[in-house]
Amino acid sequence: MSAELSYMGVDLTRPRVAFFELSSCEGCQLQLLNKEASLLDFFNLLQVVQFREAMSEKDDTYDVAFVEGSVTRADEEERLKIIRKRAKILIAFGSCACFGGVNQLKNRFADQDWVKREVYGDFAIDTQPVRPLADIVEVDVNIYGCPVKKEEVERIVTDLVVGKTILYPKYPVCMDCKANENICLFDLGEPCLGPVTRAGCDAWCPNNRMGCWGCRGPAEAANVEQLKNIMAEHGFSSETLLDRLECFGGFSAFVDGLRQPQQDTGKQGSGI
Amino acid sequence: MKLTCDIDVHHLTRVEGHGNIHIRIRNGEVVKAQWEVVETPRFFEAMLVGKKWENAPYLCGRICGICSIGHTLASIRAVENCFNIVPSEQTAKLRLLLKHMETLQSHILHLYFLAAPDFLNTGSVFPLIKSHPEVVQRAARLKLLANDCCDVIGGRRLHPTRTVVGGFTMLPDKYQLEQLRQRLETSMADLEQSAELFASFAIPDFSRETEFVSLKGKGSYPFIGGSLVSTDGVELPENEYLQMTNEYCVENSTSKWSRLSRDSFAVGSLARLNNNFAHLHPSAQEVAKGLGLAPVNHNPFMNNVAQLVECVHVVQDAIRLIRELTAAEWQEVRQQVTPQAGTGVAAVEVPRGILYHCYECDQDGRIVKADCVIPTSQNHANIQHDIQALADNYAKKGSSDKEIELLAEMLVRAYDPCISCSVH
Ligand code: SF4
Ligand code: SF4
Ligand code: SF4
Repeated sequence: MSAELSYMGVDLTRPRVAFFELSSCEGCQLQLLNKEASLLDFFNLLQVVQFREAMSEKDDTYDVAFVEGSVTRADEEERLKIIRKRAKILIAFGSCACFGGVNQLKNRFADQDWVKREVYGDFAIDTQPVRPLADIVEVDVNIYGCPVKKEEVERIVTDLVVGKTILYPKYPVCMDCKANENICLFDLGEPCLGPVTRAGCDAWCPNNRMGCWGCRGPAEAANVEQLKNIMAEHGFSSETLLDRLECFGGFSAFVDGLRQPQQDTGKQGSGI
Repeated sequence: MKLTCDIDVHHLTRVEGHGNIHIRIRNGEVVKAQWEVVETPRFFEAMLVGKKWENAPYLCGRICGICSIGHTLASIRAVENCFNIVPSEQTAKLRLLLKHMETLQSHILHLYFLAAPDFLNTGSVFPLIKSHPEVVQRAARLKLLANDCCDVIGGRRLHPTRTVVGGFTMLPDKYQLEQLRQRLETSMADLEQSAELFASFAIPDFSRETEFVSLKGKGSYPFIGGSLVSTDGVELPENEYLQMTNEYCVENSTSKWSRLSRDSFAVGSLARLNNNFAHLHPSAQEVAKGLGLAPVNHNPFMNNVAQLVECVHVVQDAIRLIRELTAAEWQEVRQQVTPQAGTGVAAVEVPRGILYHCYECDQDGRIVKADCVIPTSQNHANIQHDIQALADNYAKKGSSDKEIELLAEMLVRAYDPCISCSVH
């Protein structure tokens, strides 16, 4: 590990980076430790000053804050505001932070008291409807995915360090999937959100014969109406489409019209 | 002079999730010792209600980033048990292999990145990159191997993509499996050196009589399904798990707690090993003996050693599984799934202990009720009682507050708690 860092002959300062987690599975942070081959190179680019999951040392002066997870309680809202004040660049790290992620599925129940009782009975528990970071503070960079793709994290972080503009693919997952010469899942009788989902994961799931569930949110100009037709033509119910579209929160603008009374859990009090 | 101290650890580091430790000692007497869980709940059990069965494994894997494979497999088993689906022998072997590699990945992460820094007097693994490069490289090598295996079998190391109710979406490549087997064979040398490293650590001298709960092995060391057992003599079938977990809510914790024959019990590597020592692979038993671990051991710090012993076991068993899988012809990858109304329970040994998922479904396979009982939530009460006893012991010995604070932190870390998972 060298302390000096340069890009095309220009010396660069290693940014002071801190990692934080709100309500999440901590999987996105783990992805950083999960790519052992380039782990040391990656951490050589940065000066990690706070990473509670991996280190005891702690320093509150940082340039870049990676914030994983969504906001579900007042204390998280406060923490997030403090992080925003301290950081020059705030990164929403993973789909929980960008859109609410799987956590926001509890928001679909009209009766939020029922949600609490279903899990904790009469025990008093403090929780709010799930919100993505951008509902509370300004977010500078989004890194999508559940989980995030380490290659993309590395690319975005490198661009940040060298001061390049961060670009995301505008096209959908299908483009990468076709380039990988996969058999289309629709032809194998499986539903897939590839036609409307933002690429950048190299068609991670279709490569493994699992349909895309849209974890990275909508591609630019996503045609959800057309996807509805494709799904219907292949005999998939609107419930199957809704399950995928509402899973991570990225398509929240598109799901309202799809919610049917069939989703109503009746006497348990969820009134969708 | 008798010790008077106030220990407050806010958001304990090097554990998954958020927990606090508070200890008050006055004139050498512990007046308060508290393990506080402040993680925010995410309400997975409510989220699942009204969702079709196929959502369950996909969503439940996201309960935890470290043991996403364990949650996915427990969820799949609960749905399959509900629909009376019995996995094929091939599917069962592939799932066990995948599970083994998650165990290896998780144990190595914990042992080297979370636990070892305390024994090597650093705050994290990062300074070790310079001071002990061979140690960090060895850890990275083992973790990479385990993760590569998870990619090959499960499609993705975190939140697997190939694991579904009925089997897999696609099969691994036999050539890749064979390469992994060779790497597993060579990894034994790394595990032997890991054992030497841990043999050089001073494991704190502390024990408290504890009830240990795990699956009960039948012919082999248990991981997926089977009966439940405790060292206090309780034995129950898988679907009567509620009598084993007895969850209740407590102040100062957003996670539920559990009890059985006593005020608390422990799950995890040490519990599995205490209940199933005879089923460990001979070379794992050998390593256990070398590290002074024999059943029934009541020192919670020995959970670290038990994890290391299990690493040896899973590597040996993974080699066997790959041999058997590559020697046979591939069979059908995925069975047809026909939903049925009913209730399905799954008990699966994940890295941190026994995990239960239970779903009640209607005739269309829509989930009416869901319950997940997480290993760490079963351990919280035991952690609380251990902290109390530990503070008491070391206050009597006249240890300094810094020493007690470090020991309390190390104690919690030894359980390898997965706190966000426990407050799912
Ligand atoms: S986005 Fe997915 S992987 Fe990342 S923290 Fe949220 S649930 Fe975990
Ligand atoms: S499998 Fe999915 S991502 Fe791939 S081409 Fe078909 S619809 Fe597109
Ligand atoms: S294929 Fe879809 S669900 Fe899978 S990682 Fe990519 S965007 Fe996410």
